[in-house]
Amino acid sequence: THKMGETVDTLERCCVSLSVNPSRGLMDEKFIILVQKALPGFQLTIHASYHCEDGNSWEAFAHYTADAGGTVNVSQDTSLGGTYSGVEAMGLLWSLRPVPGSKPGLRLRKKNVQTPMEVTISVYQGHQTEGFVDQVPLASVLVERWYMAPGVCRIPITEEGLTATLFVPAGNGPFPGLLDLWGGGGPLVEYRAALLASHGIASLALNYLTPKTTMETGKMVDNQYFEKAYKFLQQHPQICDSRIAMLGLSLGSAFTLKMAVYSQVMKLRCVVCIGGSHVQPVDGSVEQVLGYMEKNSEKTRFTENNEMIWRDLLLPIPTDPSFKVDVGRLKCPLMLVVSEDDQNWPAPESAKDMKEMMERAGNSHLLTVLSYPNAGHLIEPPYTPHVRISMFRTVVMALWGGQMVEHSRAQEDAWKKILIFLRENLYDIKRNVRAEIKNTYFSSR
Amino acid sequence: MWSKCRWSTVMFSFLHRRSSVMSQTPPIVSVLPTRGLVDEKFKVLVENLPPGRPVTVRSLHHSDNGHYWEAFGFYTSDHRGTVNVSKDQSVGGTYTGKEPMGLLWSMCPVPGSHKGLRLRKLNMCSPMLVNISVHSGHEGFRDGAPLASVLVERWYMAPGVKRIDVQEKGLLGTLFLPPGPGPFPGILDLWGGGGGLVEYRSALLASHGFATMSLDYLSCGQPVFTYVETAFNFIKDHPQVIADRVGVVGLCLGSLPALYLAADSTVVKVVKQITSPLLLVSGCDDQNWPSFETAEDINQTMRAAGNDHLLSRLDYPDSGHLIEPPFSPHFRASTFVTTNKRKAMILWGGKTKPHSDAQEDSWRKILSFLQQHLCCSLNAKL
Repeated sequence: THKMGETVDTLERCCVSLSVNPSRGLMDEKFIILVQKALPGFQLTIHASYHCEDGNSWEAFAHYTADAGGTVNVSQDTSLGGTYSGVEAMGLLWSLRPVPGSKPGLRLRKKNVQTPMEVTISVYQGHQTEGFVDQVPLASVLVERWYMAPGVCRIPITEEGLTATLFVPAGNGPFPGLLDLWGGGGPLVEYRAALLASHGIASLALNYLTPKTTMETGKMVDNQYFEKAYKFLQQHPQICDSRIAMLGLSLGSAFTLKMAVYSQVMKLRCVVCIGGSHVQPVDGSVEQVLGYMEKNSEKTRFTENNEMIWRDLLLPIPTDPSFKVDVGRLKCPLMLVVSEDDQNWPAPESAKDMKEMMERAGNSHLLTVLSYPNAGHLIEPPYTPHVRISMFRTVVMALWGGQMVEHSRAQEDAWKKILIFLRENLYDIKRNVRAEIKNTYFSSR
Repeated sequence: MWSKCRWSTVMFSFLHRRSSVMSQTPPIVSVLPTRGLVDEKFKVLVENLPPGRPVTVRSLHHSDNGHYWEAFGFYTSDHRGTVNVSKDQSVGGTYTGKEPMGLLWSMCPVPGSHKGLRLRKLNMCSPMLVNISVHSGHEGFRDGAPLASVLVERWYMAPGVKRIDVQEKGLLGTLFLPPGPGPFPGILDLWGGGGGLVEYRSALLASHGFATMSLDYLSCGQPVFTYVETAFNFIKDHPQVIADRVGVVGLCLGSLPALYLAADSTVVKVVKQITSPLLLVSGCDDQNWPSFETAEDINQTMRAAGNDHLLSRLDYPDSGHLIEPPFSPHFRASTFVTTNKRKAMILWGGKTKPHSDAQEDSWRKILSFLQQHLCCSLNAKL
C-alpha cells in the first residue's frame, strides 16, 4: 500500500501534477492541459474518459514525452500517437470514441443541458493504448463542460400549441432572438440553443417533427407553426422584436429557407443553414416535404456495410422552380455551412445552385458560404466528437461522412464564424471588436 | 439551477418591453471565465456601447447569510464603444485605477446595511454568485436599471474535490480530498479565535492538490494542543495522504497550535524546537494581534538557536489581521461575538488596496511554499 515507506512509485505519484484550466468551461471554450514535475523525457499518456447519460463510455488518449523541465503542455506539445496526433489543444475531446466493446453507431449528444458534461482527464505512465480501466493513473482531475452559462434560464414552452424550449441569457435584456431547427434525427435537442443563449441570444429550440399536437393527433404541423414560434419570440418581453434570426441544420434548413423567403409574417435579421438544401416542393407543408423525399427514396445508396447514403434523394438539383426555394428573393444575409463530404444531404450542390440563383437575382452580396473539405454532415458545436456513421432513429445506420480531424476543425471554425455572423447582424457589432474576444483561459498562476 | 432563474427575477423585477431601444441593441457584458475558482482572475469586457459614454461597471453579491455586497468602478467607453476592466482605468467608485479584480476585493455592504458585516461563504458545495452589470453614468448610476448584466460563479471547490465530515476519535472537522487516485500531501488547517468550522481555505487548498482538513478546536472541550495532535495524526494516517508530507496552516489563534506542532510536539518525530520550514505572514497594520512584533520575536529566537534558515517571512505594510484568500473583500472592522456571548466591534486594521494586494501576493507565495515543501520534484530527490 502507499503507506509502506517511500517508494519511487509513491514519489512519482506525489510529484506528477496535472491541471486543466478552466476546470469549468463552456462547451466551446478551449482549455489548457498541463502536466508538470515529471522526469525530463518521461513518457506518459493523457487520457480522457466520459460516461454518457445513456450509459455508454467514451475515451480518448494521446502519447507525450515530458520536456527538459518535466512538463507537457497539450496546447503546445506534439502528441506522438493515440486517438489524435500533433499539436491539438482540444484533441482529447473531439477525438473521443466509444470504448472497445461498445455497440456500433453511437452518437454523443447531451440530453440534459442543465448539468455539465463531466470528463475525467488522467495521466498514465508510459505510452499506452488500452486497459486504462485496470490501472491506477498517476493523477487525474475532473473537468466540467457546460452548455449553459450561469444565469441562463431554461423555459419549456407549450403555449400556442408549440412544443419548444426557450433559453434566455442572464440579465434584463432585451436580447436578440433565434429560432433553432434541428434535423430529422429524433426528439428535441436543446444544446445548441442553450449554448447560443450563453452567448447572449435568446434561442428557441423548436420541435416541429414530434410536437405534442402531432403525437396526439397524428397530424404533422403546418407552416403556420413556424410563424407561431416566430411570433412567440417577437412578443416575448425580453426579446427585441426586430432582431430575430433563424438557424436550421439538415432537414431544419429546408424549413428555415422556406420561411425566410416566403413567409409574410417572419422578418428575419439573418439566416444560417447547416448541411441543408433549398430543394423541396415550395408550396409544401412539412408532411409534403417529407413525402417528396420519401418518393425519391429509391435513390438511396448503400455502403458495403449497409449504411445508408441519402445525399442523392434530392439530386439532381431540379430546374423546375416549384421545387426549390427561390433564394433570389431573400432580403436578409444568409450563411450556408457546407461539408464537402456530406453523405446525407447534397449540401455542396445545393449551395452552388443557390449561389447561382442569387447572382442572377442580384442579391448574392447577402450570401456567405463556408465550405469544408472532408467534413461530414453533422456539423455540431465545437469539440464534440465526430461520427462518420450512426444509428438514425434507432432503426437504420446512416452514413454522415467526414474524416475526424478535418471535421473537428470545421466544427470549430464554423461555430466561431456563425457566432460572429449572428452577432454582427443581431447586435451590429463591428468585426474587429469581436476579434478581441478570445476563448483563452486567464489564471492568477 | 433554480437559484439562477430566481436571481434574475428578483433582481430585475421590472421586465418590460422598452420600445425605445428596439432600434438600438443594448451593450453586452461578458466575463471570462464565467465559472472560476475564487483565486482565479477574470476578464470583464463591455461592448456595443456608444463611444465616449460614461458607465459604471458594478458587481453585486447576495451572501449566504442574506446581506448584499457590491463594488463598482466608473469608466468611459473608448472609440469602439468598449470598456475592458483589465486594461482601462476606473476613475471612481469602490476602487480606482487599473484593477482587473477590483470588482471583487473592493466589495462592501450596500448602503443601508448593518455595520460590521463580514463576507464569508458558508456552503462550500455551491458557488459564490456574483452579478456583474453595466449602468449608465457615474454618480447617479443606481437611478436606472442595468443596461446589461451577466452572472459569474466563483467556486472554492474544484470539480471532483470531495467534502467529508470527520467525526471520529473525538474530532470535529471537515476533510477535503482532491480528485484523483492520490495519495496527496496533507494539510491541517487551523482557523482563528472566531470559532466554528471554517472550511473555505481547506476547500481551496484541496482544489490545489492538498488533502486538507479544517478543524474546530475551540468547542471540543479538550486541551487544544492534544486535540490538534490527534487531528494531525488522523491526516497523517489517512490512506490517501502521504505520511511524511503533511503541513499545518494556522491563522491568528490557530498559529499557536501550528507552531506547537512544528516545535515541541512529540508527534512530529524529528522536531526539536522548530525544525520544519516555517512561513510567517504578517499584516503590519494588524490591530488584532501583534503579528509583526511576534514575527520579529520568533525570528530572533530562531537566529539565536541557529535554525533561522528554516524561516521565511512575508510582512505587508498597511495590511490588517485577516489575510484571506485573494479577491475576498477587506473590512477594517467587523462585529465579533466574544466567548461570553457579547457582541463587540473588532478592529482588524489595514487599508483596502494594500490589504487586497497582500492577499493576492501572500496566497501565491503560500501555495508555492506548500508545493515546494510538500511536493518536491523527483529531480530534487534523485
